[in-house]
Amino acid sequence: MNKHIVVIGAGVAGMEAAGQLSNAGFNVSLVEKDENTGGHLNGWYKLFPDRRRSSEVKDYLDKLINKDGIKVISGTTIEKLVNINGIFSLETREGTEMTADAVVVATGFDLFKSSRKEEYGYGIYDNVITSSDLEEMFRKDKIVLVDGRVPENVGIVHCVGSRDEKVGNLYCSKLCCITAVKQAIEIRELLPETRVFCFYMDMRMGGAHYEEIYREAQEEWGINFIRGKVSEVSESIRKKLIIKAEDTLAGRPLKMELDMLVLMAGMEMSEGGRILAKSAGLETGENRFFASADNHFGSNISNIPGVFYAGTCTAPMNITETISHARATVSDVLNYFKNRS
Amino acid sequence: MKIEGKRAIWSEYQKEIADDRYFYVRSCIRQNFFPGSEVAFLRIMREELGKDVYEHPCHTTCSGIGYHGDVVPVETAMTVVARQFALMTEAGYKNYVPSCITSFGLYTEILETWHHFPEVEGKVRKQLKKATGREFEIPENLAHASDVIYKFRKEIGAKAKYKLVNKNTGEPLKVVDHIGCHYSKMFPLKGVGGAEYPYVLAGMIEEWGGQVIDYPERRHCCGFGFRQYLVQANRGFSIACSKQKFESMQPYKPDMIITNCPGCPMFLDRWQYVINEMEGKTYGCNGEGIPVFTYEEVAGLVLGYDPWDLGLQMHQIDCEPLLEKIGYEYDPEKKYEINGTVTKINSHSLLNI
Amino acid sequence: MSNFGFTISKARIIDYDANDRSIAEYIAEHEPSFRVCIECGCCSATCTTGNFTRFSLRELQIFLKRGENELVRDNIGKCMLCGKCILVCPRGVNTRNVVTLAREAFNKKVKNAV
Repeated sequence: MNKHIVVIGAGVAGMEAAGQLSNAGFNVSLVEKDENTGGHLNGWYKLFPDRRRSSEVKDYLDKLINKDGIKVISGTTIEKLVNINGIFSLETREGTEMTADAVVVATGFDLFKSSRKEEYGYGIYDNVITSSDLEEMFRKDKIVLVDGRVPENVGIVHCVGSRDEKVGNLYCSKLCCITAVKQAIEIRELLPETRVFCFYMDMRMGGAHYEEIYREAQEEWGINFIRGKVSEVSESIRKKLIIKAEDTLAGRPLKMELDMLVLMAGMEMSEGGRILAKSAGLETGENRFFASADNHFGSNISNIPGVFYAGTCTAPMNITETISHARATVSDVLNYFKNRS
Repeated sequence: MKIEGKRAIWSEYQKEIADDRYFYVRSCIRQNFFPGSEVAFLRIMREELGKDVYEHPCHTTCSGIGYHGDVVPVETAMTVVARQFALMTEAGYKNYVPSCITSFGLYTEILETWHHFPEVEGKVRKQLKKATGREFEIPENLAHASDVIYKFRKEIGAKAKYKLVNKNTGEPLKVVDHIGCHYSKMFPLKGVGGAEYPYVLAGMIEEWGGQVIDYPERRHCCGFGFRQYLVQANRGFSIACSKQKFESMQPYKPDMIITNCPGCPMFLDRWQYVINEMEGKTYGCNGEGIPVFTYEEVAGLVLGYDPWDLGLQMHQIDCEPLLEKIGYEYDPEKKYEINGTVTKINSHSLLNI
Repeated sequence: MSNFGFTISKARIIDYDANDRSIAEYIAEHEPSFRVCIECGCCSATCTTGNFTRFSLRELQIFLKRGENELVRDNIGKCMLCGKCILVCPRGVNTRNVVTLAREAFNKKVKNAV
């Protein structure tokens, strides 16, 4: 079998799909917009639920794609994707053309741009940061405020850019609650004297081991959970952040001074995915992610025969689900060629 | 605080503001709250900037105060507003400029409603025709009067006789800007700077030499809220809102407050007096209140107008300490002079107690 | 002071930084399961007292954690210590002990609690 498959995007989904397609005997080209493979994995330090280092998963994926049958083309994007009698013609940003017998789209997600929630003052108030910024601090093993002090009180806001009609995202990004709990624990581990407050609308602890970690956060780490989304952030004369929320379980508004506020940025269809959807005529759903052919048994299949999806370009997923989804692509690709021959 | 972050937001919320030939409509309540302000607006527009501003003698209330006080149904409000537009159309103008923030909010709301529900607009057209025989065109440009002053802030700044600067220290005056809720909270895209970090007044302050104070309760309402104030039993809530703001801004030692709504300067000004009467508390320096101004009054001061022509004697909090800070030349003796006769009013005698 | 026919309303806001949470801390120290409440309301739904009075164990726990102690002090005496709340709690909170410890803390006047 010397069929050539182009995989677009070398994050977790793209790397896994490329590796498994190669294992199944296909020739694979893996195209990545960044210089390095790994996607969002590179920005994360430790992973839920077991807080293993993200580099371990990255090592696994690197090994998986490090073989003769896989050609990695990094630092470019696919601008054009055309189907000519079952052969796909692709063109990179630089105008390099290639052909493929099938295409796997693994363009992933972009983190919600938190400055769009103007009321939180990301980019305006010092010490309002995102979950991704905090992960950078964990990598350096140091959580500090802009002035170099250690924060005494840290707030975490769930659902930033998710479940929010105001920013056009009605869906739940699914991973932010567990990320909040993971990061809250990690803050307490590094800074045992620091108090942490999670402001949530619902605790969506749907994954394996998530609820147990939530309980651990309460029981062992003394994390405070306040049901009510932060609605407004301002800065006091002493440069502290003042937040307003409603403690909906107490039925009363609540205000509090914090040193640091961490915004749990949600997931959105990636810009690369949007461009590709438009140029190739791939259908997208109301949530702007790629629309799969069937929610139950066709989540890897697109509206164009021979083009398949892997991972978070179709919906928010965690790494476990992304890897499973990417592996499932391979069986759909095999069936596609079987039915054509 | 990173000012670049605010500037990025401000750049996203810029609106089109017509540059001449305005159909100006007055506010119901400003003419007895701070009657010098609208006069100052007309003087600045006509004499300083040479603009064509038209006022129609048949203009009435927009009925927004009744609409927000729950006594005028929206359809009635729409028909009243349609009549104002008809006056504008008949006078040959296309740029509508209300003096009142609530009017601006109501006009915006009505235009948005008609945009999304053309059948409602059609119905209102019929009602207006039937009731008055009038027809109207939708304004090409709707801008609040503070938008217009914002647009010409640089021109006004270029003619400035005074800057918002403390004469003795050379430091910029610390200015609290307070935006009327109906300016941009309902339709953020229709306000300069949006709703979270409005720029319409901040832009004037910056241009005229002052320093904008961003204090924690900056976004909070002054508490006027129409029916909240109108019913005596509810006034405790109204005054508490203002108090919350004063307590929050006090540590920054503001020199003045600037507003763009008819109700806000009234309540931020008068409630300071009431809080002082009730609790003996003041929020300014040296046991004084924090003077509160409309943006037209501030523009007029920058241009060197006589403070008593601007109507500053109508304020509960004395403006004189601020005038001294700026180094303003004025005649304190003429404060209560009306047509050459001095009438001294004791504020206590105005209270029915 | 002048009488205007109205007074300045008091804020309803929970001022977290100004409040005293020493009673909640006392309870958590002696009954760690107090920390794992998820405010499901099973305890108050089944509560005999809660069906007839202002007593809500769910609400009292949240108020203690926010340092809003007055309502708790005024209602905590109403519990009859029947223990039904422990039976239904999905998180295994020893609610009966929470009530006992709260009463104890109020009696001891832990720090400067109301």
